[in-house]
Amino acid sequence: MKHTLSVLVENKPGVLTRITSMFARRGYNIESLAVGPTERHDVSRVTLRIDCETSPLEQIEKQMHKLVNVLRVSELRPGESIERELVLMKVSAPPSKRAELMALGEVFNARVADLGPDSIVFELVGAPEDVDSFEELVRPHGLQELVRTGRIGLGRAQKPNVNRPKQHVLA
Amino acid sequence: MKMNGADAILRSLEAEGVDVAFGLPGGAILPLYDAFARGTSIRHVLARHEQGAGHMAEGYARASGRTGVAIATSGPGATNLVTPIADAWMDSTPLVCITGQVRSNLIGSDAFQECDITGITIPIVKHSWLVQDVEELPHVLKAAFHVARTGRCGPVLVDVPRDIQEAAFDFSYPDEVSLPGWKPPRRGHERQILAAAEAIAAAERPILYVGGGVLNADATDELRALAEAARLPIVTTLMAKGAFPETHELHAGWPGMHGPKWSNWALNKADLIVAVGARFDDRVTGKVSAFAPGARVVHLDVDAAEISKIRHADVPVVGPLKPVLAELGRLLAEMPRPGSTEPWLRQIAEWRDAFPLRYNREGDMLKPQLVLETLQELTAGRDDVVWTTGVGQHQMWAMQYLLCDRPRSFITSGGLGTMGYGIPAAVGAKAARPDATVVCVDGDGCFQMTQQELATSVLEDLPIVVVIVNNGYLGMVRQWQDMFFEERFSQIRLTHTVPDYAGLARAYGAEGFTVESDDDLESALAEALACGRTAVVDARVDPREHCFPMIPAGAAALELVEFEDTVAKVSA
Repeated sequence: MKHTLSVLVENKPGVLTRITSMFARRGYNIESLAVGPTERHDVSRVTLRIDCETSPLEQIEKQMHKLVNVLRVSELRPGESIERELVLMKVSAPPSKRAELMALGEVFNARVADLGPDSIVFELVGAPEDVDSFEELVRPHGLQELVRTGRIGLGRAQKPNVNRPKQHVLA
Repeated sequence: MKMNGADAILRSLEAEGVDVAFGLPGGAILPLYDAFARGTSIRHVLARHEQGAGHMAEGYARASGRTGVAIATSGPGATNLVTPIADAWMDSTPLVCITGQVRSNLIGSDAFQECDITGITIPIVKHSWLVQDVEELPHVLKAAFHVARTGRCGPVLVDVPRDIQEAAFDFSYPDEVSLPGWKPPRRGHERQILAAAEAIAAAERPILYVGGGVLNADATDELRALAEAARLPIVTTLMAKGAFPETHELHAGWPGMHGPKWSNWALNKADLIVAVGARFDDRVTGKVSAFAPGARVVHLDVDAAEISKIRHADVPVVGPLKPVLAELGRLLAEMPRPGSTEPWLRQIAEWRDAFPLRYNREGDMLKPQLVLETLQELTAGRDDVVWTTGVGQHQMWAMQYLLCDRPRSFITSGGLGTMGYGIPAAVGAKAARPDATVVCVDGDGCFQMTQQELATSVLEDLPIVVVIVNNGYLGMVRQWQDMFFEERFSQIRLTHTVPDYAGLARAYGAEGFTVESDDDLESALAEALACGRTAVVDARVDPREHCFPMIPAGAAALELVEFEDTVAKVSA
């Protein structure tokens, strides 16, 4: 079972090491990790995609809360949150194939970020599942290089009325 | 007030009420030691090895309930603290370690005695700081003591580059800490406490399973009030030994790998386990899936992450144990109870009478168990004895045979199982409680890991009594090789006679006693306990003795092996 955790942390040296070290030590698997600034200069947001059973998720959240620099841990639940990922992919594109690839890109709203004599660099921002689909469709054409940012997310602006994103707040 | 960083460290420690610090100087911490030379109210105990300093600080913390302070230089000084830090982490001992670091401009250049100690210790500290600006120093130290002591106790590390120690600034110690991400629970949830009370009132065979958290929470009075009000039997883990009087009728012994059969039966046959500041360690549970199969679990702990980590908690209560136990006791005193726990208490007492600790008293060699029995007889009823131990067979015998009626009177390395813990921990305990008779029950293997701290004991006027249960072997390893590796003994022989422990003690300026027979035992121990100086009693015991009962690793707690079982096996 996969989950996305959105973690607000103090913007202090070593904070990412403390989080990843705890994950490594306790044997939790990180599938993707994105770190960046937030609306507050002293706070960063870490978005983690993790693969675990449901009960370890609670354990992971609790262990994260014990880290002094961690301010808040929330799960971004499907349906209650927006998740996005940016991918850049360099695809083999001899002139004969170029039109077909660009048409494929259009379907997914992928931009052509760069164009060379034999290859195209696509840029796509989308839900991680859409990024996956685009990657699979492009792959047979000769995927030379690929980089994904890892997913980021936020709770929806309009929340479904019952369940807010689960927050684990101590006492 | 204008001063340099080193003076600011000492003024900060003084403001925190630190009266003793343990350490060893070196290059990168020289400015701090210069500050010691210029004057402070803090007593500095000079260890012979930084590991010793760290364990002394732990022993001090465990004996006093205050936060221990250990100081070391950069590089090897700091890495020598890693074992005590890991030990304090596993046993939730409040510890502030202050290490020197190379000058800020040299960090990252592989300078002499440079190492990334904050990086090395990340998995074993609650938090750590590398001070990068002298202005931060007082705030960091304030935060360090706050974090070490609040929530679940544990170690923190403050790494201070040499130039920061030398930098001048305007010092003032902050009144408040600013740690927006550090929010230990301040009270338990009322509904959860009520649910816990209801579960206890409804249980026929409830038991309190008490861990070291009760000592850290200073909640032993509340625990006793609760147990007596609700007539609940109590088992105390190794870390909680002494948290509840062991001569009290409600004390049901010690659970786990070498706990008596009756204690393990009481815990495993209960219908309700009330875990209090305990963490269902594998040494207590044995095979988790077979542990206490018929029990519901109420789990009280200040650390939310311990709840349902190993064993599902039916009723979790996260909060500081002192108010939680007080409230629980108050609720139970008022609550109507459908049944009484007296039949259950009688059942446990029957098991106690049916399954006493036993060992083979025959043979021509001194028995290790007799050493502990004699120590118990010689100290029974005294309220001034503090025990420390190393790790191994002698530690388990100490748990079984020494009866501790007062909190903080039994200091041992539980979670990490650190051999060599006993001597330095005893020195630290003596520094915390100068009036106490501090006795380290040690093994010969453990003794040789930290014996150099006898020099600290003698020269710092911190006299301790070390009783070596000397079987000439790494005894617990021997026991495992004997029982589980078909008697293939491998690299365990230390010999009874090298070194000559009594002679070594005398070389350190301590008293030395050698005991080889039952007849000499009592008088040597009595003399050592009464001499008022550092003393080492080398009790040369039978290496063939195993520590029983024993739950073999991976076995269910109810499948524990008793002394009689092995006798039967051999004779069959």
